[in-house]
Amino acid sequence: MTDHSYVRTEMLPEKAPPASEVGVIGWIRENLFSGWFNSILTILSLAFIYYILSALIPWTFQSVWNAGSLDECREIMRETWGETHGHACWAVINDRWLQLLYGFYPPYPAYPDATVADAPAEAWLPAYFRPNLTLILLFVALAPVLFGHLPRHLLIVSAIYPFLMPWLLWGGSVWVPVTIAFGFVILFGVIKYGQAVMGTLAAIIAAVGAALVWWLVLSGPVADGLYAVMPVGLPTVESREFGGFMLAVLLGVVAIGLSLPIGIVLALGRQSDLFIIKSLCVGFIETIRGVPLITLLFVASVLLNYFLPPGTDFDIIVRVMIMVTIFASAYNAEVIRGGLAALPKGQYEGADSLGLNYWQAQRLIIMPQALKISIPGIVSTFIGVFKDTTLVSIIGLLDPIGLSQGIRANQEWNGIYWELFAFIALLFFIFCFGMSRYSMWLERKLQTGHR
Amino acid sequence: MKKSVILGALTVAGLSAGAAAAATLDDIKARGKLNCGVTTGLVGFAAPDANGEWQGFDVGVCRAVAAAVLGDPSAVEFVPTTGKTRFTALASGEIDMLARNTTWTLSRDVDLKNEFVGVNYYDGQGFMVPKGLGVSSAKELNGATVCIQTGTTTELNLADYFRANDMEYEPVPIETNAEAQQQYLAGACDVYTTDASGLAATRATFESPGDHVILPEIISKEPLGPLVRHGDQEWGDIVRWTLNALIAAEEFGLTSANVEELASNGTDKPEVNRILGVEGTLGEMLGLESDWAVNAIAAGGNYGELFEKHIGENTPVGLARGLNAQWQDGGLMYAPPFR
Repeated sequence: MTDHSYVRTEMLPEKAPPASEVGVIGWIRENLFSGWFNSILTILSLAFIYYILSALIPWTFQSVWNAGSLDECREIMRETWGETHGHACWAVINDRWLQLLYGFYPPYPAYPDATVADAPAEAWLPAYFRPNLTLILLFVALAPVLFGHLPRHLLIVSAIYPFLMPWLLWGGSVWVPVTIAFGFVILFGVIKYGQAVMGTLAAIIAAVGAALVWWLVLSGPVADGLYAVMPVGLPTVESREFGGFMLAVLLGVVAIGLSLPIGIVLALGRQSDLFIIKSLCVGFIETIRGVPLITLLFVASVLLNYFLPPGTDFDIIVRVMIMVTIFASAYNAEVIRGGLAALPKGQYEGADSLGLNYWQAQRLIIMPQALKISIPGIVSTFIGVFKDTTLVSIIGLLDPIGLSQGIRANQEWNGIYWELFAFIALLFFIFCFGMSRYSMWLERKLQTGHR
Repeated sequence: MKKSVILGALTVAGLSAGAAAAATLDDIKARGKLNCGVTTGLVGFAAPDANGEWQGFDVGVCRAVAAAVLGDPSAVEFVPTTGKTRFTALASGEIDMLARNTTWTLSRDVDLKNEFVGVNYYDGQGFMVPKGLGVSSAKELNGATVCIQTGTTTELNLADYFRANDMEYEPVPIETNAEAQQQYLAGACDVYTTDASGLAATRATFESPGDHVILPEIISKEPLGPLVRHGDQEWGDIVRWTLNALIAAEEFGLTSANVEELASNGTDKPEVNRILGVEGTLGEMLGLESDWAVNAIAAGGNYGELFEKHIGENTPVGLARGLNAQWQDGGLMYAPPFR
């Protein structure tokens, strides 16, 4: 027998891959040090990150939280760390965070002079109950719109919310929002039951006419009359007292909520074959989009004042809301038009061949696809609008940025700078990041694998 | 809220602008509140405190007028205005008076159709430099980099001053006072220039105020005062004489502590009695109650008390009276006779 013992007769067991190719080390080798150039880049980046964090982390965490003024802050820093450089004075946030969140909104509207520290004994609701409840209800109202798997009857809250929100925030007679809401009931009632009698177009015209008569002529006296019989209402809060992050959220939510439907209508109008509608929409979009938002805000705050007769009570916040909304609408219209343009012609023809009319085709076939395509653009517009609300500080409304100036104008906090901006940035980041994550979730959910 | 929008739109159609300009006093009385325009925040002059209460030297003027007109120094709606919105807010009737450290100039008085009713603070533009620069006079600033707020009269004054003295400078344009502080401390400019009161307030916030000096030269006149719009002289008179009452009260030793008592007992000086409403009918002439001046003085004190409380030498702002002293003490505060 020849000796063939050098030939293996059994398979060797599989060896574990070398430590340098798997696990943490493998990942690092592959992703961070895969060549001399990448290695240099990695080291430079790490050095840069270390440089930033080594200043930022001590500044953020080795900080003073309890002090009455910037001088006290500096005193404490000197005692604790021997120097004042590189330590944050968060005491200003500790002192003024309620103001940055709510502006001058009274914590207990029924007792306008009461403060949080000095709560009236009779007040049984917690401080800032009304704005807080408005915010919580906002999420309840948004939930069924944003998440399709929630029970559908939650949509009732969404329908009521636009009337509830102004009443909760501004207060006053409950009958004002009720009568205004009743105008919409008239509008839809006449359309629904009038269609059979006088045809669609006539019913719509009659409904709009009836609703306008109700809102302009009847609703005021009716609301007053009902209030005289049944005085249900909340203590009134003036627009001047709105401020802080609450104002930013209020402006942002209204602009976002209204600009999407208006934007859809404008985008459809721009694609319309009807000459007048098309020209109106193009004119509106191009004019509003061609003007900086700050110009529109100046129109709202300054120019309108010249045109309106002196003493006219046209609420400044409502004026700003209108301007921000039309600005966002114009941008949204173009984003949605992009979505419409991206749809293949076959989709329109398919809808036609099914015998759907214009609105059915839009509702069932065109819009769901066009909006899905436009999600990143729409959310991007929303985030932009939300951040743009800080521009109102230039026309003297006290949003967080405006308030930071007011806070610095107190001698005790004069000279403080980064801490206020860091706090405001954090607030905005939470909201904008939330919107961004939701849009990514929605895109994944609606992903139907066409591309 | 929505109702007022609709009403507003309807009134546009129904009324022509300017029809309701007069009778500001009646509007205020009907409203029960004085709408007073203030700055969005300037140390010592106007700022909201932690409870949202406005405090400051200009705010004190608003409160005095509210007390004179309505008898209640807290019956004021403070409307924050920016440098860009202040005059339109006044012209449109959004505010009844503006007390926003506004410099009295001819064009603002005449062309913008305002009526400056007096001066509550004589300011002027100054320079602040770090001590290490070794400069003791503005004349030595040739070639300096200067932090300057854009779009203000200070920018023009600076150019005039350097040209008149045949010097060069490099401007570092800056939007707000807070930003200017940061830039100046970071060494982006050698010199910071703005109103002297602003420089003092800014320096007070520095970690080591002693390392910075405010140069002695004051290069401009900045008389700051409250103003009302054209078209209602009666209302302008009320604001003017409320301010004068505060100034006269200091001259005659009427303070927030003693004014009530003196008003009930009367004094042996006829002019003081006229101010207090004990003699004569000055209040009636203005269309106010006879104790209007008593209320105005009791609201926050006389001119000197307001000054000491908000911007005087014992406050962090630490301004000396200087030009703002009474005329007997060599200042410019000089109230016309109450007769």
